[in-house]
Amino acid sequence: MGETETATGMHPTLDVLIAGAGYVGLAAAVSLKQARPNLAVAIVDAAPKDAWKRDTRASAVAAAACRMLSQLGCWNEILPEAQPITDMVITDSRTADPVRPVYLTFDGEVAPGEPFAHMVANKVMNGTLRRRAAELGIDIIEGVAVQAFETGIASVTIHLADSTSLNARLLVAADGVNSRLRDMAGIKAVRWEYGQSGIVCTVAHERPHNGRAEEHFLPAGPFAILPLKGNRSSIVWTERTEDAERLVNSDELVFETELEHRFGLQLGELRVEDKPRAWPLGLTLARDFVAPRFALAGDAAHGIHPIAGQGLNLGFKDVAALAETLVEADRLGQDIGALDVLQRYQIWRRFDTVQMGVTTDVLNRLFSNDFGPVRAMRDFGLGLVDRMPRLKSYFIRQASGLEGDMPRLLRGEAI
Amino acid sequence: MPEATRSTIDTAEVERFSALAAEWWNPNGKFRPLHKFNPVRLAYVRDQVAARFGRDSHQARPFEGLRILDIGCGGGLLCEPMARLGAEVVGADASETNIEVAKLHAAESGVTIDYRATTAEALADAGEKFDVVLNMEVIEHVSDPQLYITKTSELVKPDGIMFVATINRTLKALGLAIFGAEYVLRWLPRGTHQFSKLVRPEELEQMLSNAGMMITDRTGVTYNPLADRWQRSSDMDVNYMVLTEKRRVA
Repeated sequence: MGETETATGMHPTLDVLIAGAGYVGLAAAVSLKQARPNLAVAIVDAAPKDAWKRDTRASAVAAAACRMLSQLGCWNEILPEAQPITDMVITDSRTADPVRPVYLTFDGEVAPGEPFAHMVANKVMNGTLRRRAAELGIDIIEGVAVQAFETGIASVTIHLADSTSLNARLLVAADGVNSRLRDMAGIKAVRWEYGQSGIVCTVAHERPHNGRAEEHFLPAGPFAILPLKGNRSSIVWTERTEDAERLVNSDELVFETELEHRFGLQLGELRVEDKPRAWPLGLTLARDFVAPRFALAGDAAHGIHPIAGQGLNLGFKDVAALAETLVEADRLGQDIGALDVLQRYQIWRRFDTVQMGVTTDVLNRLFSNDFGPVRAMRDFGLGLVDRMPRLKSYFIRQASGLEGDMPRLLRGEAI
Repeated sequence: MPEATRSTIDTAEVERFSALAAEWWNPNGKFRPLHKFNPVRLAYVRDQVAARFGRDSHQARPFEGLRILDIGCGGGLLCEPMARLGAEVVGADASETNIEVAKLHAAESGVTIDYRATTAEALADAGEKFDVVLNMEVIEHVSDPQLYITKTSELVKPDGIMFVATINRTLKALGLAIFGAEYVLRWLPRGTHQFSKLVRPEELEQMLSNAGMMITDRTGVTYNPLADRWQRSSDMDVNYMVLTEKRRVA
């Protein structure tokens, strides 16, 4: 269906246009095109060309997402750059406590030799998915924003900032937590603010981390150390928003001293590698995930607290469910942009997302708390979990993304 | 539509047809039950046609080269998917309005379908033949079921197949398909189905074999209220589908 000209004759008609070339948008395009080479799929992204190469963040990629990347022909390329998380330690402490009692330890494997997660630099993930997209013949239009779109009976017309227009059967918005396309579609989002920000930075340290991830529940909020390749770690550090702003704007020495105070000295001397940045934290949930000829995926549908490291993994779940829904509809000859097809995706994803959003919200409220009885209760709870191997393995499997009504790609199967 | 004929069309009529087309194709509107029912019957048709004609259902346009007739096509809910799967499709409906609506929507969707306001009898008498005849949810509405089955069977090419979908005449069907769907859930307008006109599978199969057709498969279709989805089942007490084949005379 890629050859017919639209009424205006400016551009060929597409089957699917994806707005946003982050890992969610890229993975969606690759998943669809790989399963249905007959579909004309393109991506449009507002960010300037090569801006993605300057992203210094890293993401936790759960086992299910690894299986999906491997099914998409990407994981072998990512693997040499990925740091497996081989164990995970969770503590609950006051910042000044010299020794932090360990309440929960996980041996991080979902199956022998398969760690429950890897840490991957965003630019590695993005670069690999772009390479695969190019291989499949997916066009990426860069540095051009979507200005507006109109939904017709059988297609949606998308007007771009360079005053060209595109016509597609379906528009997928993967344009992040503050999705402009979500607003244009008139879909309301519910947002809870935590008054907290997550400070993200990369540190180099003297001694090896041995693949261990640490999460310390400090009074201001969770402080996570996530192992990267080499003697480096990614820090996700939660503070009240005004404290976070002050910290990232303070001079290097002050920042490193404050960081060391929380990080501890078990890995030796620390050096901050990039400019720390603070991201306001909140829980954003779109009221609907779909509208006629329109679907939301990833953070555009649900921005959750990064505490459980599930942002990328939830996004990949959306992609896997959306791709499977569309591919099955296309194999039945159905119109892939029709609302009844899209509603199957919405039913599939919404419950899981709300559940995960609420869980991480509750976890955060519970753990960003210095009130004595609350601390005692949660420590009792964590201690209890640590002594119950079956419950622990349930948590591990939840964190690995291997629970729930799983789309085929996340099980490592072709659609 | 050729430029020359455009001026003769009444704009008010076109608007009325557009509104009706929007209604037919609104998955949450009046035809919601049909939209909900569509995936399960599409999957059955696709898989059985692919098996019968040796096609790979995962390929794009697996029905290329097959001639398919949909009798009682309505707004084209089955015709458009068949055309997208690559078939050469004729959609027939006795209602002129339905045919205009279906034409309008097909033009919007960019699919090619030969829609005709005609009846199965007229098509059969004109000698039309098809590889696949879709005879879905019509028989329970006709006045002479045996004549209808005989005429529709004539439309099938030798070695071709015909699908017949309908509702069983059981107490369960009276409860679910008539009382439940028409009176309680209001999925369908009251009076859509008359109990006495419903057809039991053994009656249908007898009519088909009288018309020279051979039954090759049958399946029930049931509604799963938890998943809000129709699925295939061995339970043929309410909705069911029968696949028949016309054997070439040796």
